[in-house]
Amino acid sequence: MARAIWKGEVTFDGVRLPVKLYSGVEDRTIRFHLLDKHTLTRVKQRLVDSETGEEVPSDQVRKGYEVESGTFVLLDDEELNRLEPEASRAIEIEQFLKAGTIKHQWYDRPYYLGPDGGAAEYFALAEAMERRRSEAVARWVMRKREYLGALRSENGYLMLMTLRRAEEVLSARELPAPAGRPPDAKERAIASQLVAALEDEFRPEDYRDEYRERVMKLIEAKAHGEKPRLKVVRARPKAGSLRAMLEASLKAAKSRQEVAAA
Amino acid sequence: MENEDQQQSSRPFWSGALTFGLVSIPVNLYPANRSSRVSLRMIGPSGAPVSRRYYSPETGKELEAEDLARGYEWEDGRYILVSDEELERVAPEKSRTIDLRRFVRTDAIPPLFFERSYFLAPGEASARAYRLLASSMEETGRAGVATFVMRGKEYLVAIFAENGILRAEALRFREEIRSPQDVGLPEPEAPDARKTAKFEKAIAANWSPRLKREAMRDRKAERTLQLIERKRKKREDVVHNAAETTPSKVVDLLSVLKKSLAEAGDKPKGNRRATPKKQRKPTRARAR
Repeated sequence: MARAIWKGEVTFDGVRLPVKLYSGVEDRTIRFHLLDKHTLTRVKQRLVDSETGEEVPSDQVRKGYEVESGTFVLLDDEELNRLEPEASRAIEIEQFLKAGTIKHQWYDRPYYLGPDGGAAEYFALAEAMERRRSEAVARWVMRKREYLGALRSENGYLMLMTLRRAEEVLSARELPAPAGRPPDAKERAIASQLVAALEDEFRPEDYRDEYRERVMKLIEAKAHGEKPRLKVVRARPKAGSLRAMLEASLKAAKSRQEVAAA
Repeated sequence: MENEDQQQSSRPFWSGALTFGLVSIPVNLYPANRSSRVSLRMIGPSGAPVSRRYYSPETGKELEAEDLARGYEWEDGRYILVSDEELERVAPEKSRTIDLRRFVRTDAIPPLFFERSYFLAPGEASARAYRLLASSMEETGRAGVATFVMRGKEYLVAIFAENGILRAEALRFREEIRSPQDVGLPEPEAPDARKTAKFEKAIAANWSPRLKREAMRDRKAERTLQLIERKRKKREDVVHNAAETTPSKVVDLLSVLKKSLAEAGDKPKGNRRATPKKQRKPTRARAR
């Protein structure tokens, strides 16, 4: 059983629902360290004055914001601490929305909420959100940091996804369409058929981080003094006209479908 | 947060190709998120910015990029070195191509999976094939799913098309995601009808027809900027450093993307390459 990382209260309109917060994910990235090539020991970082190159002790460093080129306004730790929001247990709901309104690009980290104490209210809220097909925008302060999140109901449980802020998300709508001649109708028709031929369910269990396993094997082999055998980089397949390649791809995809259906 | 400041540079984060059937589409990948937190620099007692340098605690010597290596701690204090080349050769095809062999409904992927967004801009001579793939995905309402390797890590991605632009959503692997049972949440109880009705009423009372962007503001950043502005006006703690020559590290991601989309043509520039360009930058070590 996972340990709760924080306790809070979902708060809106007279509702106060005590909950516990659990991480919804586990990080499985292989951790490398930076080493000094010559001594094979871990490196450290130090702060140096960019002009004199002299080391600067960390307690003599202040934070500066560049208001114009070469001009900084300095802030000390006390001032920065005063900008932190007040500690609170409240997960304040700001608005309920139609589920799916908040796009994926906003998502940062998912957390499960679990009941803290009586579960009846918890499951009733999950059910009510499900029935209303809704999600909500929430704000809370956890470990001295202010968070923005989406409260959602998933398979009977409540989840809180932390969200990125407006300034952090670039929208495709801000971008121009790529330059160049648009594809013709015939090409578009074949391409759409090819997409349809490759259609499938989303099956996350079909994908594993195989690369991570291969890197671990490589490390293991090297640790045992073996010379790892690595693949030779293979040449690229030949190119043809876009139309010809699409037609050939569609044919191949269709014949695979027939084999699968037979 | 994991890897928040991936890059603030005008170079692509990864270069490779999307393959769609037999069609190979060279693309450049850029992050779709930028860090908003008011970027504060460290200033030393002399008023000059301070920078971080690597050094060896053994020898006390400062280290340059060529003195550094990436190592995995196999046993306490014993490191196995792994080079960029080895990391690429562990899975060469996957390091260069995102092979779209499966397309799913755009709403078929549960929200728990989404980790981070990237934009894909057409690479050399690939604008037409790029536009073709984008338009057919938009028409059919499908996203392409694949795995590929970028900077020493495998990613599961779903490629979405929106407004003619391809976006790669990095997804978590199934093994990284916990279920309510893994977490130890209690079995769902049959919800109490009266309580549910009460909550439904409260939801309706707080309903908003659309997402107010106002709600997504970074209030901490705003408070910080207000404080800075007050101090600047009062000329309090303002330092000038005309000698400061290091160029600002902040790159406007939006203009980089706009430029790379506008430049993408159908005609190859210079020598025609049958192969996509190799990753230009060596894989960065994920040390911390």
